[in-house]
Amino acid sequence: MLLISAIVTGLAVGSMYGLIALGYHVTYVVSNTVNFSQGSSMMLGAVLGYTFAIRLGWPLPLAVAMALLLCALFGLVVERFLVRPFAERGSNGWLMATVAGGIVLDNIVLFTFGKEPRAFPSVLAQKPIQLFGAGVFPLQLVIPLVGLGITLALYLAFNRTKVGKALLAVVQNKDAARLMGINVRVAIALSFALSTALAGLAGLLIAPLFSIHSDMGTLFGIKAFAVAILGGITSASGVMLAGFLYGLIEALVTALIGSTYTQIVAFSVVIAALAVMPNGLLGRAAAKKV
Amino acid sequence: MALQNSISNITRRVLLAAAASAALALPAIADDTIKLGLVAAMSGQSAKSGEAIVRGLSVAIDEINAKGGVLGKKLELVVRDDESNPAKGVVAARELVQREKVAALFGGLDTPVSMAIVPFANQNKVPFMGVWAAGTPITRNGAPENYVFRVSAVDALVDKALVAYAIKKYGAKKPGMILINNPWGESNEKGLKAALEEKGMPFAGIEKFQDADVDVVPQLTRLKESGADVLFMVANVAPSSQVVKSLDRMGWDVPIVSHWGPAGGRFSELAGPSGAKVHFIQTFSFAGTLSPKGEAVLAALKKKYPEIKSLADVTPAVGIANAYDAMNLTALAIAKAGSTDGSKIREAFEQIESYDGLIKNYKKPFSATEHDALTSNDYIFTHFKEGQILPLTN
Repeated sequence: MLLISAIVTGLAVGSMYGLIALGYHVTYVVSNTVNFSQGSSMMLGAVLGYTFAIRLGWPLPLAVAMALLLCALFGLVVERFLVRPFAERGSNGWLMATVAGGIVLDNIVLFTFGKEPRAFPSVLAQKPIQLFGAGVFPLQLVIPLVGLGITLALYLAFNRTKVGKALLAVVQNKDAARLMGINVRVAIALSFALSTALAGLAGLLIAPLFSIHSDMGTLFGIKAFAVAILGGITSASGVMLAGFLYGLIEALVTALIGSTYTQIVAFSVVIAALAVMPNGLLGRAAAKKV
Repeated sequence: MALQNSISNITRRVLLAAAASAALALPAIADDTIKLGLVAAMSGQSAKSGEAIVRGLSVAIDEINAKGGVLGKKLELVVRDDESNPAKGVVAARELVQREKVAALFGGLDTPVSMAIVPFANQNKVPFMGVWAAGTPITRNGAPENYVFRVSAVDALVDKALVAYAIKKYGAKKPGMILINNPWGESNEKGLKAALEEKGMPFAGIEKFQDADVDVVPQLTRLKESGADVLFMVANVAPSSQVVKSLDRMGWDVPIVSHWGPAGGRFSELAGPSGAKVHFIQTFSFAGTLSPKGEAVLAALKKKYPEIKSLADVTPAVGIANAYDAMNLTALAIAKAGSTDGSKIREAFEQIESYDGLIKNYKKPFSATEHDALTSNDYIFTHFKEGQILPLTN
């Protein structure tokens, strides 16, 4: 009972980390840069979804579509103003700039959305269903499925489609890609839009299980980055796998050893794993495939 | 030339500074008021607590001033935001005392901020009245001349009351604890352990969780497996609701006896219908039949703050009620002292005979050894029902 409920919990929470971590993966494989405001993008998705669906009473599909669109737009803004000016000069300034951008967004939301945490109810998170004797909300099963689906889609897109191959070509050799007629700037901008939309989707999916407030994404963003590195940031399936593993470790440590030790053990495992496998779980394998 | 210029610059600056300080000093001399300072969280996650305290203090001040004020002077409230940051709290307290010359300080929700102000108040002989933060050592600070008083709950007493309630209401034999992983959770872990030991009771386990934990099922499953029959919960409103949602998922219907965290926000909305199962401690509630004093204060609040329409808007009621009584007690102490001298006010606090307040009828609220006006008999247990905090009869 203890073990089974921990495994179910771990997989569900882990897939949320995986989803946000996929956003880090997408920009990294295309541009070698990462948007450190992913946690804030996740929060933005949840806050916008709540605003459209609950405050303005829009139908849910429209609210979700609009929230994702605006998240993608935020990604474009991040790339244009917080990454491109630095990356094109060969500076690492985008590291700090994206962190700062996230803090600015968190505070803007604090002032506009309000200080009180709010609830975003969903029919998928009201009546628990029994799974091997452990209760889970249907939404907790939907999230891993969405995570796996997106992983597969990303894999196929990057490996089987022309656009995907074009995006990957950008990171290998920008000049060669440009000579081949690939618009490098557009490719990188698109990858940022995709990454923030993924984080926004994660935020929308997590919202009914959590509460919505301006700093809800902070810890998620950090854990997701640990997951991205653990999985090997160059591999979508590695990142998703690491998400599941990290969620499982957290839940199992809490259940078997006690919650006092959860963070210590979980992050120690990440450090130990990286010491043994510097490229992450599947990082190297994926790099060869390209 | 350059030298001359800079000299005239300096003279100009000195003159300006003198003029500015004269201008600043003027109102203090000109209008005859007694200033009282508040250092509380007016922004950030706990901003609502600061708002409630200001409302409670302001309604009391209006009432006192309408009757002619204290020592023939009107009372005036000066508010400073501590942003829940202890260092900023001390700076604000110093500024209020040294520049605004306040006769007494009032504190806010955060125990760490109040703890930082306590030594400053004692050293500078300024009465410091706590109206929210429940940390035990705020009033029991060991200073030979203690200038800190409080009209609020005290963690050590709250923990005793939680244990007593769990036994009386649910016949608890082996309770478990689910506590937020921060200093507040830790202080209550100590208090709960001590309270249980006093009763000779074992506990099923102590589990911690984080503000950002989506799923608390693993912790709760451990408590369930070790046979917990009641849960003690200490956490703010959002994490508290994560505990309730996780219990729903597990299908574990266990009584929850909680500190006052859920009162700080929209607990009904966040936790769903099962939120009503959480019984939490309060010092006051505006719901139910009110005393004439309660009716009067509620009417005054509605008149002064038009955004208060229903009882659901008078939240958090504890902040308003504690602040209201604390201001009245402070006014009594200043009147009794016959001056705004800190040491005299401190002595006067300990000599107050009685005050018929909002929370209760205070009889000798403070003494040389007891600086907390509320005792565990003054706590009430409440729960959320459709967005309102309702008192429970037990």
